[in-house]
Amino acid sequence: MENIIGLLVALPLLGAAVLLCGGRRLDRTGHWLGTILAASSFVVGAVLFADMLGRSGDDRTLHQFLFSWIPVGGFRADVAFQLDQLSMTFVLLITGVGTLIHIYSIGYMEHDERRRRFFGYLNLFLAAMVLLVIADNYLLLYVGWEGVGLASYLLIGFWQHKPSAATAAKKAFIVNRVGDMGLSIAIMLMFTTFGTFAFGPVLKSAGDASEGTLTAIGLMLLLAACGKSAQVPLQSWLGDAMEGPTPVSALIHAATMVTAGVYLITRSGAIFNGAPDAQLAVVTVGAVTLLFGAIVGCAKDDIKKALAGSTMSQIGYMILAAGLGPIGYVFAIMHLVTHGFFKAGLFLGAGSVMHGMNDEVDMRKFGGLRKYMPITYVTFGLGYLAIIGFPGLSGFWSKDKIIEAAFAKGGTEGWILGAAALLGAAITAYYMTRVMLLTFFGEKRWQPTPSPDEPSAEPAADSAGGGEMPHPHESPKSMTVPMIVLAFGSVFAGGLFSLNDSFLHWLEPVTGHSHGHSPLSALTVTLATMAVLVVGVAIAWAQYGRKPVPVTAPRGSLLTRAARRDLLQDDFNHVALVTPGQYLTRGLVYLDHSVVDGVVNGTAAAFGGLSGRMRKLQNGYARSYAVSMFGGAAILIAATLLMRAV
Amino acid sequence: MNPVNYLYLAALLFSIGAAGVLIRRNAIVVFMCVELMLNACNLAFVTFSRMHGNLDGQIIAFFTMVVAAAEVVVGLAIIVMIFRSRHSASVDDASLMKL
Amino acid sequence: MSFPLLTATAVVPALGAIATAAVPAAKRTAAKWLALLFSLATLALAALVAVRFEPGGDRYQLTESRSWIADFGVRYELGVDGIAVALIALTAVLVPFVILAGWHDADPLEGKEPNRRWRPTQGFFALILMVEAMVVISFEATDVFLFYIFFEAMLIPMYFLIGGFGDRAHAAGDDEAAKQRSYAAVKFLLYNLAGGLIMLAAVIGLFVVTSDQLGSGTFSLQEIVRARGAGELTMDATTERLLFLGFFFAFAVKAPLWPLHTWLPNAMGESTAPVAVLITAVVDKVGTFAMLRFCLQLFPEASKWATPVIVVLALISIIYGALLAVGQRDIKRLVAYASISHFGFIVLGIFAMTTQGQSGATLYMVNHGISTAALMLVAGFLISRRGSRLIADYGGVQKVAPVLAGTFLVGGLATLSLPGLAPFVSEFLVLVGTFSRYPAAGIVATLGIVLAALYVLVLYQRTMTGPVKESVRAMPDLRIRELAVVGPLIALLLVLGVYPKPLTDIVNPAVQQTMSDVHQKDPKPELEAAK
Repeated sequence: MENIIGLLVALPLLGAAVLLCGGRRLDRTGHWLGTILAASSFVVGAVLFADMLGRSGDDRTLHQFLFSWIPVGGFRADVAFQLDQLSMTFVLLITGVGTLIHIYSIGYMEHDERRRRFFGYLNLFLAAMVLLVIADNYLLLYVGWEGVGLASYLLIGFWQHKPSAATAAKKAFIVNRVGDMGLSIAIMLMFTTFGTFAFGPVLKSAGDASEGTLTAIGLMLLLAACGKSAQVPLQSWLGDAMEGPTPVSALIHAATMVTAGVYLITRSGAIFNGAPDAQLAVVTVGAVTLLFGAIVGCAKDDIKKALAGSTMSQIGYMILAAGLGPIGYVFAIMHLVTHGFFKAGLFLGAGSVMHGMNDEVDMRKFGGLRKYMPITYVTFGLGYLAIIGFPGLSGFWSKDKIIEAAFAKGGTEGWILGAAALLGAAITAYYMTRVMLLTFFGEKRWQPTPSPDEPSAEPAADSAGGGEMPHPHESPKSMTVPMIVLAFGSVFAGGLFSLNDSFLHWLEPVTGHSHGHSPLSALTVTLATMAVLVVGVAIAWAQYGRKPVPVTAPRGSLLTRAARRDLLQDDFNHVALVTPGQYLTRGLVYLDHSVVDGVVNGTAAAFGGLSGRMRKLQNGYARSYAVSMFGGAAILIAATLLMRAV
Repeated sequence: MNPVNYLYLAALLFSIGAAGVLIRRNAIVVFMCVELMLNACNLAFVTFSRMHGNLDGQIIAFFTMVVAAAEVVVGLAIIVMIFRSRHSASVDDASLMKL
Repeated sequence: MSFPLLTATAVVPALGAIATAAVPAAKRTAAKWLALLFSLATLALAALVAVRFEPGGDRYQLTESRSWIADFGVRYELGVDGIAVALIALTAVLVPFVILAGWHDADPLEGKEPNRRWRPTQGFFALILMVEAMVVISFEATDVFLFYIFFEAMLIPMYFLIGGFGDRAHAAGDDEAAKQRSYAAVKFLLYNLAGGLIMLAAVIGLFVVTSDQLGSGTFSLQEIVRARGAGELTMDATTERLLFLGFFFAFAVKAPLWPLHTWLPNAMGESTAPVAVLITAVVDKVGTFAMLRFCLQLFPEASKWATPVIVVLALISIIYGALLAVGQRDIKRLVAYASISHFGFIVLGIFAMTTQGQSGATLYMVNHGISTAALMLVAGFLISRRGSRLIADYGGVQKVAPVLAGTFLVGGLATLSLPGLAPFVSEFLVLVGTFSRYPAAGIVATLGIVLAALYVLVLYQRTMTGPVKESVRAMPDLRIRELAVVGPLIALLLVLGVYPKPLTDIVNPAVQQTMSDVHQKDPKPELEAAK
């Protein structure tokens, strides 16, 4: 069975290679090829899953060794895969949601002339993401890690003719590179500490290493996770990444890639368990980000950016849970999976709305869409209920557990983390209700779309045209079906996972699990969560449901304005990094030219000047030569006399 | 008469010659001044010969005269050639190594 | 005596140079094909060298040895180890692509008909082959003097290549460009001559030391290393250090290491893209190769003594080169500064004195050669279309020439060491190798990977994305010949990125040898050391 693990990566990789090198011949069939290969990767995953279920909990890990990749002295990196329950969970999520989004994209990207390439990039992403989760060592994981970064770069910047898209893509890649730096330093530290960076030996002997080393490795891994999962302080790229086509936002920047940081921390659990300081850093980052993302999400009028803030916040929950150690690992992954369903569904819904509204993204210009797009409304609504944690739906089960686990951390820390998580839940309820109300309820606030200067490559709706009022309509089947499937996931996945704690038993052999001692009973936590949920929804309804919403955003309070600017993250980066960096490079360019080069050119000029002066002595005038002869003779005689005198 | 006086005379003549070489522009005059210097040397040689009582100095004086004569032959020829082509015998005009 | 394969590998391109130069003025195309043919023959011979070389065998293989200048103990001694094989292969692979990429770079300008005395096309290709011959023999020489001669001699054809052939766009009677070019060529020559002269002094010093102690002077690397090992030849610390510095200076200029780097941006900026590739991907490698072969083996103690300073200089090169690349406005100069950053990595790997560092540095030389060739040649194609080297003159190329943009991106991604492409393997090895001995240096060097992303992606964004600029609207996509250049290079990058084992198999034993020559062992992992 283990021999087919490689196919999980190979199939989409083949798709990417064929689609990207195949040329225009494949323009008409390419998207089908890409979708079929993604689906077959999912099938392979399902077969492996079925096989895995057939074995006992401790005997479920599969290994496949392909070839020795970089063997140099004691440094051995292999291309080898390890498929355990944790990887399996991810494989199914990635290929499953991935396939759905491939299908959705067939409709969404129908009018884009570069659709073939889009599918090539999507397949490349799938291959890299699967590689990331089934690698059996950190270096191969790093390959997938940067691979998804590349795919994300290509897809964010898919509409390259838009400068904003190109800039966003570049920003995403560079911020991610900062995180990658952390991952490579972590790998180096593992190599110098353990002499290897394969999961098996490193995690087994993690306990033997000193706490200082483990803390260093842990912090570096956290840096990596911050980059990929858009956590504070490397969060700034995610909002801009919404420049990409909406299916990309759904797949990469909501459901899968951005959760890679959670995977990394959970996978490296053994290291974090031995480094409480690193864990503290992880939970701090998680708690700060979950509030940060939520606050940003409240202020955005761009539907995708509001959802991006929400993604950031939800991943903050997962990171927080993963930082709690064995109490939280399972719940982090569980929330990750349920979030994968409902957030992908929400994004696809947003895409469907944009599709019907001439690519308008400003929620203030939506309103009353529930009658015109019933399927989108229902699926989006279910995703909304799931994310705010409405009892019984997926988000309820997973988020509740995380809040509980946060309190169970114990001590002051536990109270602070738990409070932050509760506050986050309230804000989540608020901003999601706001999104829902602005988009689907209230009166129509539609605006005619201005005719764009450049012919937009966004899939134009049938009625697209300069200055026309949008005619919202339901999206084609290829788009609604994936949304319906995801809505099912949003509704039932959480309950299914919690039935008999099945998800816990499934993952426990890999991640381990311990029950903390929560100062509050589970029921209290649940009730508190419900209470803040109601408060959040009520405030949103009071603001956006009861009274008409202005089309242009009011000025708002200081906090609102800061949140609209992503809590000044870009301004901070600009002042702290970009501007000094620009001065530095400019200064260095000047320095290189005038000082480093100047020294050499100066030496050359000095010789030139000297010889120019010397040349003047040879002027051709016989009498000046005579003077120098007399002078020389006089000096010689004087010297001789002087010598004799001495 | 004290032979040292001849040395003073030689030094005087040499100085006059040197000054002439440095100051004058006319090639012929410069030439004559060079001869003056040579002859001042000759005078000094002969004087020393007399003072030390051997013939070496006188022999060198003859050599000097022969060399000077040869030099005059070549040098005057060059000066004449330059004068013909440039209508001037100024040494400053002949500052380049070409006509 | 068996067939002198190594001599043949160097002689074939030299013969090719003569033959190409002799082609009559009118038959330009014939000269090009002839040059390509000879470069391919060299490639075949280099492949044969690689096949005949046994990775686990003697240190130096396929050796040839003849007396040459007996009075001074100079011998014609050739021999290759794994490192040399890898670099000869790199040279032999790249030159055909360089020739193919520069197919039209030396065509006579309009209105200037070539004649018997003025045959630029023939000259261009003959010079390229000449450089190849000299580089190959520098990689093969195990006699210090023999090496020195060709190390210096390759400056002559390079000087003419830089000074004589500029970008087509600037060529037509542009005095300013000609002046810049001549400045670049002279700068290149002076820098390298200065380095070479100092090395000459050290070479003579080495001869004095050996003739004092061994009775008869020798330049033979193997003989000197043997005698030092056997205790017949000893150097006091000062002598060894001075000689080391003499050698190292020359190699640091060639490499180029900060602050001796300023000739490279000029030389690469002013010459045509294929010549720029020749400089940075092939000729400069002789410098780093020689550090590994001569500096470390001849002067192990002095190498260790100088390591801290050299590591710092390498780190400065990495960061400084990358930062300057970010600040460039000229595509070619940007690639040049990126190369300076990469050479910093190579030197860092060599002087980290770990197996990973040195293997990584060797792989880095090969991979950097291929990746820079890919990036620079595509940049050259781009420049030849628009006639400008300035980044600001481009924009939106992706829309009109997607294949060109795609290959440019792949070249750029290779330059920023994306995993899956060859440079990642070498860069990571260098980083790990450095980190395991000097953690702080490893971390600083890691900053280089962030900066690399910055300069590559900024370049790509400004030239390829955004609205299509009017000046590039009619830009044609890559032609067949150009695809034939870039395609195989990209394929090589992929293959060596996914399966570098054939290369590491060849390189590892040689690196082990070098490590034992300098009496160094890899640091043990912390846990193992604790036991």
